Amino acid sequence: MIRTTGLTKDFTAKSGTVHAVRGIDLEVAPGELVAVLGPNGAGKTTTIRMLTTLTAPTSGTAQVAGADIAREPGTVRRRIGYVGQGNGAGHAQRAVDELVVQGVVYGLDRRDARRRAAELMTQLDLDGLATRKVSDLSGGQRRRLDVALGLVHAPRLLFLDEPSTGLDPHNRANLWEHVLRLRQEHDMTVLLTTHYLDEADAMAERVVVVDDGRVIADDTATALKHTLAGDRVRLAAADPADLPVLAAVVGGVPGARDVAVAGDEVEARVADAPTALPVALAEAAARGVRVVRAEGRQPTLDDVFLSLTGRSLREEGAARAEAPETAEVAA
Amino acid sequence: MTAPTLTETLPARETARSWWGDAWLVMTRELTPTLRDPFSVVFGLVQPLVFLGLFGPLLAGSVGATVPGGDVWAWFVPGILVMTTLFGTSTTGANLLFEMQTGAHERLLVTPLARSAQLVGRAGKEMAPVVAQSLLVVLVMLPFGFAPHPLGVLAGLVLLAVFGVGVGSLSYALAIAVRQQDWMFWAVQQTLLFPLLILSGMLLPLETGPRWMQVAADANPLRYVVDAERALFAGDLASATVAWGAVAAALTAALGLVVGVRTLSRSTR
Repeated sequence: MIRTTGLTKDFTAKSGTVHAVRGIDLEVAPGELVAVLGPNGAGKTTTIRMLTTLTAPTSGTAQVAGADIAREPGTVRRRIGYVGQGNGAGHAQRAVDELVVQGVVYGLDRRDARRRAAELMTQLDLDGLATRKVSDLSGGQRRRLDVALGLVHAPRLLFLDEPSTGLDPHNRANLWEHVLRLRQEHDMTVLLTTHYLDEADAMAERVVVVDDGRVIADDTATALKHTLAGDRVRLAAADPADLPVLAAVVGGVPGARDVAVAGDEVEARVADAPTALPVALAEAAARGVRVVRAEGRQPTLDDVFLSLTGRSLREEGAARAEAPETAEVAA
Repeated sequence: MTAPTLTETLPARETARSWWGDAWLVMTRELTPTLRDPFSVVFGLVQPLVFLGLFGPLLAGSVGATVPGGDVWAWFVPGILVMTTLFGTSTTGANLLFEMQTGAHERLLVTPLARSAQLVGRAGKEMAPVVAQSLLVVLVMLPFGFAPHPLGVLAGLVLLAVFGVGVGSLSYALAIAVRQQDWMFWAVQQTLLFPLLILSGMLLPLETGPRWMQVAADANPLRYVVDAERALFAGDLASATVAWGAVAAALTAALGLVVGVRTLSRSTR
């Protein structure tokens, strides 16, 4: 459904050339739900903007829904759905009017466009809001309307650029429930960007990690966590003098590596935390080490990013929440 | 409740809509909120009348005898109509700026709508209120002795529409060009608006101004449109003044569309 080869985008800024995307190779099969994950400025949005024909690549090629983005941008636009970071519906418009116009844009006659608008408003829990001005809708309602606009023509491929940013947890969950259901009903391929790690982890069948304009990892969330981060165990000794023995105990657990002592704790990476922790505790007790705290932790995608780059996505996400941006690099 | 399924009635999407169909669709989309909001419609229609009611008597009392032809209303009303067009269409880029900031413009760029049709549709939308305002002004002024040539009024409105599409397109081009610094839109628009307005002879006769001002006015396309409107309303339909006005309006429209479409294309490179 998507195939890119060496997709590159450079911008000219006052300070010089900004290499926003540096030769991305990406394949997305029909029906997949792929999340592109990365910090602010990593090149996620610029990649989506290229794939949706909003900006032209500096070099490289991309086939989207069977058409070349440079040679057949009109065909690409007819075949895809797009939900951008902003509100796609005009604030002065009525919700239903925007849906009807969108339907007509994609070739429906007015009567069918009105039926389709009614269908989508029901499916996205927007009943009763048809004649409401977009500016009078709540943030969650506006976002669901944006999704409805992206789905008017039942596209086989839907791009979602940070669709849940700015929504509270309840509205985020509600939005995803609708998106996932509609995706199943329409057998849609979905490519989304997000900086919510839990979203990518829970929903995506594949996670593409992007940093500094490059793909640095591409696999299922489970595989990424298993191969790049792994489970961790952490045990604290009552007596600091026992820490060397405790470290040896933890290091002796089958599959343990990267054993480190920090403060009164010993931490190590293990193959499977729920299995490793009882083994370590039993061995510590056998050697007379009193353990006052023990924790087994399964990895998150943040651990994956930390392992790949030495930086935490969660911290960058928090910084971003304080100073939100609408686009990584202005086109 | 089971939602109705329409998927089977969705059309084959490989066929592009016509360019004119796209432009019409964009124009009606833009017009709909205006028509649904009676306050803005009424306020927009009344504005030129207020200006006419307050400025007209002052003009008659001060320079009435010096206006060409001596009939203040025949001279002033066409000027007010051009001013209404200029004010209405030159500020339309602000609407686009807002839609660029919210994301609606971006959403439309990813649809199959022809991008040039989006620009022309938006510019065309500005002409409907302008034509309505112009007709209202003409009707209101009839009891005050204003007696324009009917065919001239019709041709004058067409001329205003062509000119307005050009100014509207230039306004959109400006909005796209300065989208990263939106304050610049108003700075440029206001800086250009008043010299153009004064140097067109729209409000006061240029004939009484200094020579340098008349020379500068000769380079102002708006002056030719204003003169043509006055000639058309006076029934002088086949004059050279009208021809020059038509050329100025057509050139403004062509320039606006070329610059607008190019700016829009560049913004997605």
